[in-house]
Amino acid sequence: MSSIGTGYDLSVSTYSPDGRLFQVEYANKAVEAAGVAIGLKCTDGVILATERLLHSKLLVKGANRRIQSVDDHIGMATAGLLADGKHLGSRAREEAGSFRENYNDPITVQILADRLSGYTQAYTCYGSVRPFGISTLVAGVDKTGPRLFCIEPSGVHYGYRATAAGKGKALAKTELEKLLGAREGGIGVKEGVDEVARIIHLVHDDNKDKDFELEMTWVCEASGWKHAAVPQELLVEAERKARAALEEGMEED
Amino acid sequence: MNHHPGAWGQPLPAHAQFDMFNPGQSYRQAPKAAPITHTQQPLVTGTSVLGIKYEGGVMLAADNLASYGSLARFRDIQRLHPLGKQTVIAASGDMSDFQWLKKELDSILREENGLSLTDSHPSLSPQHIYDFLANLFYARRSKMNPLWNAMLVGGWDNKKNESFLGFVDLLGTTYSAPTLATGYGAHIATPLLREAYEDKAGIDGKGPLLTAEEAEKVLADCMKVLFYRDARSINKYQTATVTSEGVKISDSKSVETEWGFAESLRGYGAQNQ
Amino acid sequence: MAVQFDGGVVIGADTRTTTGAYIANRVTDKLTHIHDRIYCCRSGSAADTQAVADIVHQHAQVYTAIYGHAPPVATVAALFEKMCYENKDQLSAGIIVGGWDPEVGGSVYNIPLGGGIFRQPWAIGGSGSTYVYGYCDATYQEGWNEEQTLQFVKNTLALAMSRDGSSGGCIRMCVITKDKVERHFIPGNELPRFWEGKEVTGVEAVGLNAADMVIA
Repeated sequence: MSSIGTGYDLSVSTYSPDGRLFQVEYANKAVEAAGVAIGLKCTDGVILATERLLHSKLLVKGANRRIQSVDDHIGMATAGLLADGKHLGSRAREEAGSFRENYNDPITVQILADRLSGYTQAYTCYGSVRPFGISTLVAGVDKTGPRLFCIEPSGVHYGYRATAAGKGKALAKTELEKLLGAREGGIGVKEGVDEVARIIHLVHDDNKDKDFELEMTWVCEASGWKHAAVPQELLVEAERKARAALEEGMEED
Repeated sequence: MNHHPGAWGQPLPAHAQFDMFNPGQSYRQAPKAAPITHTQQPLVTGTSVLGIKYEGGVMLAADNLASYGSLARFRDIQRLHPLGKQTVIAASGDMSDFQWLKKELDSILREENGLSLTDSHPSLSPQHIYDFLANLFYARRSKMNPLWNAMLVGGWDNKKNESFLGFVDLLGTTYSAPTLATGYGAHIATPLLREAYEDKAGIDGKGPLLTAEEAEKVLADCMKVLFYRDARSINKYQTATVTSEGVKISDSKSVETEWGFAESLRGYGAQNQ
Repeated sequence: MAVQFDGGVVIGADTRTTTGAYIANRVTDKLTHIHDRIYCCRSGSAADTQAVADIVHQHAQVYTAIYGHAPPVATVAALFEKMCYENKDQLSAGIIVGGWDPEVGGSVYNIPLGGGIFRQPWAIGGSGSTYVYGYCDATYQEGWNEEQTLQFVKNTLALAMSRDGSSGGCIRMCVITKDKVERHFIPGNELPRFWEGKEVTGVEAVGLNAADMVIA
């Protein structure tokens, strides 16, 4: 942290002499501290998943979810400060709602990602605000097909076939690359659910990390092309397979 | 002292002081804007809608016509609209207001539905939607800008495990009953619906309710009479049912009508050939 | 009026604008460009419909600039509907939107006076339309090609123009498909003609002279 004590990290409206915005970089640190979030674009839909770390045994099961619905056909997962995620979520719902209202047409994932990225970017321009401490995965199926985007604290956004954000994102991305690299024509959602569960269990460090709950949603034909939670029985089965695969992997080592 | 040019030569009103934080403001009385007036008239309209409670649910009916004055202008529009899995609304009156209302309610439901993923709160019950509509209609008429509709709300309350049927109109008037109808239907269909309902349930409504088949039959009867006597109706209508299973809206259908007796009819009194 | 067919739409209108019984313009163009493949037919107040069409035209351009593609017909129709509904107290505008977009092909939306929106395979509007509902109901069939649709629009308009005093002049039509926007014009002296009542014959006065005349 060469920036500390130099004075260039106090405001987002001040560049460091080598052209960096330290507050934005710190925001990225907040993202890296969070449980991983994974988005996977499949041939027949999209999947979002998060590893929700439980900081207390007293928490209600299933509470404080990190994946939100934006519109019928779009969901978003955030990695980082949960409250920032909620704020961006409600902004996303406003954008999607106003697009529908104005154009009598559901918003596309790309336009939504573009607008959220513009909104996020504005929080890197003023001394009176701080950048969002979240990376956001926006996923959905629209008239152009399944789409997946990731918006970073700086406000940049990229489209992906699969991506991850948060702690262990590098490992998760490597796994996703292996997964898609092995499948020329892409992957289906049914198989995708198992694979995403496996990767999240793999990324999760049982020794260092707290317990976690797996949270997974999708948009596909089985959900009526709506953004909805992956059915409980599928999720339980996917987690069972994930644990089995990990144990198998350990025996091989 | 007000130095604004607009106030030159004007005495300050009694007790008024110079507002040093808003020096641009003139103390001269701004001309009163003309009051905003609304009170539209309905243009493209739908006629009566009917509703009846039956065993295990509620059934609504509305024909497929949107009239333009006396012109049968749009003959394939749907006046029944599902709101989630436990409510249906049926609209008579102005169709553009109904379309606006559908959009509004759909967006509220979409938002509620989206939020239910993160915070497991209950979905909107028929009673919630009805109360919202009643408040909205009353608020709008109080602004002299009414939504020109008479609506029925039919639903199934999953918590209480009972059916729901309510009426609300452009004045914000509300009432509930086991059988309801709007417009011409309130005059023509209500007696038929009540008769069928009370035949089984009794005047206190404590007896058995009609079966789904019986309810459909009495609604078909009412739609037939309305087709005979309501000059703004067509013989093409849909029914909606709401049960604990959810909402079903039928394909459009028509009733058998009887005209044959007219063939032998002659003149209008004394004439017999 | 506007009629959809497989692959596009045909829109058409007469060319008469009146102020009371006076024909203010006998060659009006009521087929108004909104976007490359989207037009509207205007009826009601000329001033209101021109103002609304101009605003929607501007919206459509901004939409294209922002999103990088033309707005769908449904979106343009929704923009019209929004304006007509929200300002229903001050507007007198009956608008038919017709156009082609890559997602649904040809489509027609009717936005009548109060500002509702109704998608239809064919739509007629304006003062003359009430005279030809029966003709359209009896004639229209699904599955027509461009040529048949054009003929239907031409005949419908000619019939409406012959019965309605507020309609008349020439016929303007426009075919909108993926590949083209093609104008058709029928001059007022070449309109299709239908039954116009019995021929009224004159009489010639012959064989009469002053002597035969009876002076009462």
